[in-house]
Amino acid sequence: MNADFTAEELQFEIEVREFLQNDFPAEYREKVDAGIRLSKDELVHWQKILYKKGWAASNWPVEHGGTGWSATQKHIFATEMGLIGAPEPVPFGMKMVAPVLMAYGSDEQKQRFLPDILESNVWWCQGYSEPNSGSDLASLKTSAVRDGDEYVVNGSKTWNTYGQYADWIFCLVRTDTSVKKQEGISFMLIDMKTPGITLKPIVLLDGHAEVNEVFFDEVRVPANNLIGEENKGWTYAKVLLTHERTNISGVPRGKRRLAALKRLAGNTDDGFGGTMLENSAFKTKLAQVDIELQALEYSELRTLAALSVGKAPGPESSILKIVGTELAQEMDELFVDLAGYNCLPFVPEQFEDGFQGEAVGPGSSAAAALSYFNNRKLSIFGGSNEIQRNIISKAVLGL
Amino acid sequence: MDFSNTEEQQMLQESVQKFVYKSYDFDTRKQIIASEKGFSQENWDLFAELGWLTVPFKEDDGGFGGSAVDLAVMMEEFGKAMLVEPFIATAVLAGGVISEQGSAEQKAELLPKIMEGSLQLACAYAEQGSRFNLANIKTSAVVEGDTVILNGSKTAVLNGSNAEILLVAARESGAATDSEGISVFMVDASSAGVSIQSFANVDGKKSAEINLKDVSVPVAQRLGASGSALQALQDGVDRATLAVSAEAVGAMESLLHKTVEYSKTRKQFGTAIGTFQALQHRMADMFIECQLARSIVIMAAMKLDGGESALEKTKSVSAAKSRIGRAIQKVGQEAIQIHGGIGMTEELDVGHLFKSVTAAEIMFGNTDYHTQRFASL
Repeated sequence: MNADFTAEELQFEIEVREFLQNDFPAEYREKVDAGIRLSKDELVHWQKILYKKGWAASNWPVEHGGTGWSATQKHIFATEMGLIGAPEPVPFGMKMVAPVLMAYGSDEQKQRFLPDILESNVWWCQGYSEPNSGSDLASLKTSAVRDGDEYVVNGSKTWNTYGQYADWIFCLVRTDTSVKKQEGISFMLIDMKTPGITLKPIVLLDGHAEVNEVFFDEVRVPANNLIGEENKGWTYAKVLLTHERTNISGVPRGKRRLAALKRLAGNTDDGFGGTMLENSAFKTKLAQVDIELQALEYSELRTLAALSVGKAPGPESSILKIVGTELAQEMDELFVDLAGYNCLPFVPEQFEDGFQGEAVGPGSSAAAALSYFNNRKLSIFGGSNEIQRNIISKAVLGL
Repeated sequence: MDFSNTEEQQMLQESVQKFVYKSYDFDTRKQIIASEKGFSQENWDLFAELGWLTVPFKEDDGGFGGSAVDLAVMMEEFGKAMLVEPFIATAVLAGGVISEQGSAEQKAELLPKIMEGSLQLACAYAEQGSRFNLANIKTSAVVEGDTVILNGSKTAVLNGSNAEILLVAARESGAATDSEGISVFMVDASSAGVSIQSFANVDGKKSAEINLKDVSVPVAQRLGASGSALQALQDGVDRATLAVSAEAVGAMESLLHKTVEYSKTRKQFGTAIGTFQALQHRMADMFIECQLARSIVIMAAMKLDGGESALEKTKSVSAAKSRIGRAIQKVGQEAIQIHGGIGMTEELDVGHLFKSVTAAEIMFGNTDYHTQRFASL
């Protein structure tokens, strides 16, 4: 039993670290550290830098222009990216629709869509959830009715992240209402410029419109935009979900935030002549978070080691989602703790790119509550943590 | 990176499993606890024969040279079946202190006897006022010529009732919590002035309160140099902490397994209670706790074996014990709750597993202590 990387893996780690030190633009790094959101152009620019290096698609096979990395290499890459604060490629194209295309798309579809995803020329968004279909996703109602060479789509999707930037959307739509709910769903790609699509931004608790509701009104979609077979969409979507549960624990980002918490605590007055790093209640909470992060890291390494000897990612990885997200939320609570009064001012625009006014509060302290509010999403999305517990109790415990 | 067991670890694990399957069912364990010694000498002889008693010892000391991971693998199996034999007290803790602090002659005299199963030891370090602070020692050691006079009282002396030799930590100089001035003396348990109050702990393991009144010991019975024993005590207790944490991982595994199986057979309202989501999520949480507990014990074991600094090693042990302690409360309490009334009874093993992990939570420093220690290092 050992947690050591091989010599080749260590060499790879150095290569990744050096590349990120040199090529992740310093101005983006500063923004990330200051809690300022990167713009679409900046994110795309960074992804194109990764593309030039050949590292845009860490989870893709070589034949499609991916890195073909082992599970451990992917882990090392994600770790180094997280430690420096470099954003992962926007997942909707690279990590969500591309694997479905590779597995179930026609050759024509692969050639048409994959290169633009790889080069970050096309921005994708996701059309899964609906106003009345959340955790019970299979109950979705957006309909696609075949009409000659086209489907006519009607309905609405919600919690659509960054749809305002997107060129294309991949959707789960209902193509048969007469069968069991899982068996009448199809997987469809839709051009966002198609007439009949409208977007309504949804402002979240942090004041930012990160998500949208997307309405489809008699939207005509070419039939060759259907992936695989009609009514098999649920199977495709599910297969994807079970294969994308590595690197979801957020350990590297957690380490970065923990270091930030310690620095900040050392610079924050406790009001009684000491710093918050000496405050015993805060210190204990910080220690618990630190310890939990280590337990999570070794849980992830154990999963990774199992993957690297060829075992399939089991439902055990639901643990990583639950613990990782709950830990990230605890860290937000600690940032709120540290900020004290300074987390009260609600001035979200000061953390937008290009803000010119006078900032309120020291450093990014006023972002603490915004992040705390925003990160409540973590335990809700990607299969809520209750859904993950259902998965554990059924698939692992056999209940 | 490879988290699977090595061949040796696999063999150790299977060897313990085989023993438990053949000779350590729940009723047998009960009889052993009820016996006069509170452990089985026959089992102990077998442990020696199987080589288990050599696992914690370095090759230089004539041992197996087992790693901390080897030890953890073994202790996890001990924990699953709640073995009460004083493996940690004699081989890990006392043996560890002698190995760290003893002179070559002292080691040559004692360690082979431990490994061949002919010597029981106990490490008497804790006192009523010290809680978990190893440096807080009031028991006094006054040198008079060739002898040392010991006075004081010791608490929570694991295996204190069966030990032939007690390793008594006593202060030769300094104030009560100074790190300098602490020595460890090998005291014959039958010496004049030693009184031993013997009992079993909540986990069935034998323990004792020990009083020392003008106990006279030859100076030569001091382990190592005068006043220099704290580090060795700390290292021994750290290793014992890892061992008890690994035992708890095994016991929690049993608790989870038994609870899940029970929920599949116990019917209420016409259906197995395991079909209720309110209980399913609690068992899912128990599973998560068990996994995190195992992960952090593996981490601590790997760090003890690796090239980290002494500080990092100690920190990782405290991280593990702190996290394990939280898991213990959750898994132990939920197991009883989900079993309902039957879980409260003496006749079912689940309650005994709960008592075992509860003892583990406190042993060698409870959750709060180790959290604070982690934070302060």
